[in-house]
Amino acid sequence: MSTTVNQFMGAPDKAGRFGSFGGRFVPETLMPACLELEAAFTDAWQDESFRSEFSHLLSEYAGRPSGLTVCENISEVLGCTLVLKREDLNHTGSHKINNVLGQTLLAKRMGKTRIVAETGAGQHGVATATAAAYFGQECVVYMGEVDIKRQKLNVFRMELLGAEVRPAMSGSRTLKDAVNEAMREWVSSVESTYYCLGSVMGPHPYPYMVREFHRVIGAEAYRQCHEKLGGDPDVVVACVGGGSNAVGIFSGFADTEAELVGVEPIGGAAVGHGVPGVVHGSKSYLCQDEHGQVLEAESVSAGLDYPGVGPEHAHLAEIGRARYESVTDTEVLAAFELLAQTEGIIPALEPAHGLAWIYKAREELAGKTVLLNLSGRGDKDVAQVQAIKAGDAEALETMKS
Amino acid sequence: MINLQESFETKLAGGSKLLVPYVTGGYPNPGWVELVEGCVGVGCDAVEIGLPFSDPVMDGPTIQESSKLALEGGVTAPQVLAKLAKKTFEVPLIAMTYYNIVFRMGHQRFASELAAAGFAGAIIPDLPMEESVDFAADASDSGISNILLGAPTANDDRLAAICEASDGFVYAVGLVGTTGERSELASSSLDIAKRLKSLTDKPVLVGVGVSNPEQAVEIATVADGVIIGSALIRRVLDTGSPSAGVEFIASVREALDAM
Repeated sequence: MSTTVNQFMGAPDKAGRFGSFGGRFVPETLMPACLELEAAFTDAWQDESFRSEFSHLLSEYAGRPSGLTVCENISEVLGCTLVLKREDLNHTGSHKINNVLGQTLLAKRMGKTRIVAETGAGQHGVATATAAAYFGQECVVYMGEVDIKRQKLNVFRMELLGAEVRPAMSGSRTLKDAVNEAMREWVSSVESTYYCLGSVMGPHPYPYMVREFHRVIGAEAYRQCHEKLGGDPDVVVACVGGGSNAVGIFSGFADTEAELVGVEPIGGAAVGHGVPGVVHGSKSYLCQDEHGQVLEAESVSAGLDYPGVGPEHAHLAEIGRARYESVTDTEVLAAFELLAQTEGIIPALEPAHGLAWIYKAREELAGKTVLLNLSGRGDKDVAQVQAIKAGDAEALETMKS
Repeated sequence: MINLQESFETKLAGGSKLLVPYVTGGYPNPGWVELVEGCVGVGCDAVEIGLPFSDPVMDGPTIQESSKLALEGGVTAPQVLAKLAKKTFEVPLIAMTYYNIVFRMGHQRFASELAAAGFAGAIIPDLPMEESVDFAADASDSGISNILLGAPTANDDRLAAICEASDGFVYAVGLVGTTGERSELASSSLDIAKRLKSLTDKPVLVGVGVSNPEQAVEIATVADGVIIGSALIRRVLDTGSPSAGVEFIASVREALDAM
């Protein structure tokens, strides 16, 4: 599926490490399941029939390939040529469907009939509930109580699709805590349950497997850029929470001359924080205090409200292949409106981070071609943005940075 | 300094079953050091000290709550170790924490501070065998045993490798789940204890889900001893006082001694 030789984004080593990051830091109870999953994925990914069934689902069910839009209006404002990879146009409204179709198909192949997932903004939860409905699998989604409040529409969508949404009530009651609860549920039901992790994080093989399922983003974008622009973009930009949409699009350009830029929320800038740590199964960069307690992220975007980051991003940062920048909630909201008003595209708050950085860095980017992965559409966020604009106190509470 | 395995084997040779309570370092505060002393006073064979972590994925609601309260009280791992370093206990202490605490402090510093505080071992539930090689070596240099967990989900080959690599004793995970009390003893507790006992001469202690004296006795018919956390901490959470926890541990000791 890849158009590149994977010099910079190939397979991790046998221990699941990308350079010095990654690994398998999970309770012993889960180790046999991690090893079984690694074997099952390796086998499936080498199997042409699995690959073709996955491709078929991506095209016939998810609606791929997603488009590539050259945005002339906003390019006037920015002074660079902005090109969007339209993951917002996929079924369920974000890139998350790629990974979920891959994993639920794998779960089916492994004979698992019950799926557990965590979700932040609800996009991964909705995608998982969708695929579980399609495959007839039982589905439980853990979501932080704070996120349930700010993403009511997605909660209802999941329930409509037949999933059970369970609130994560501990800690900051956001994505980090939803991951904790999903991992505890997995520890308790590992023999019957498939854990459909939503990003390129967690223990090996998840960071690798989830990237492979999202590689289609980069492969399509590479081909589309060559068709429409006659070559590679100068810069490839993506928002980074756990970092799945970013590794997806980066994988298509890692071995080109394009600069790769990941944009984190300033309140959850794990790579920006720059301190290695271990949580949720892998070694990566992690927002933490001097004693190793994990800090609670704070971002207007529920999907990026996470103190860690996928280990491959830590590796790409360490070797200097990608750079990581951060933006504030205020900058994000401005970018959200700018894209809506210039192009008639309402982005999700997550990719609005990418656009916010492009706007901020427009002098540096002048005259360049910039590819932004528009990882999701903004329908889920309009009520929250409306409340923020109206000065709603509770909504403002969710954006402190 | 006490060698964990030798200490346990001496007790076992005397016909005694091993009892290891778990206390969350820093909860209740004040009172947790007294809780440790009380448990030693009623005849436990080691004390497992939890160094609280923000994201304890192996722990159920009870230990989550005590960890959260300890952290909200501002406790840190160095503070817990410093308090224990001022005391002398007749039995070994065993640290229980998550790997990021160890990683952030550095293996060697963590192990040497444990040793200085009277610890003989460490249990790090999110550091499975494959990831623990470096830490085990660094810990051993300071005389600290890295104790590995054997879970019901593992096959016999994996359990055998864990038994080989585990130092001090082997921690048998009693059930497929997080820490916490269960009204009935999981049949997996006896199964995993039997499997591990057939694979190793090292002491085998069962933890996770051991909830009362009757369950402890049933497990001890197969295993060398039990580790009890949530059932103890829940009593302290309910009463706000260490004494209810100490009385409970005394009742488990009594039941094990009557076997």
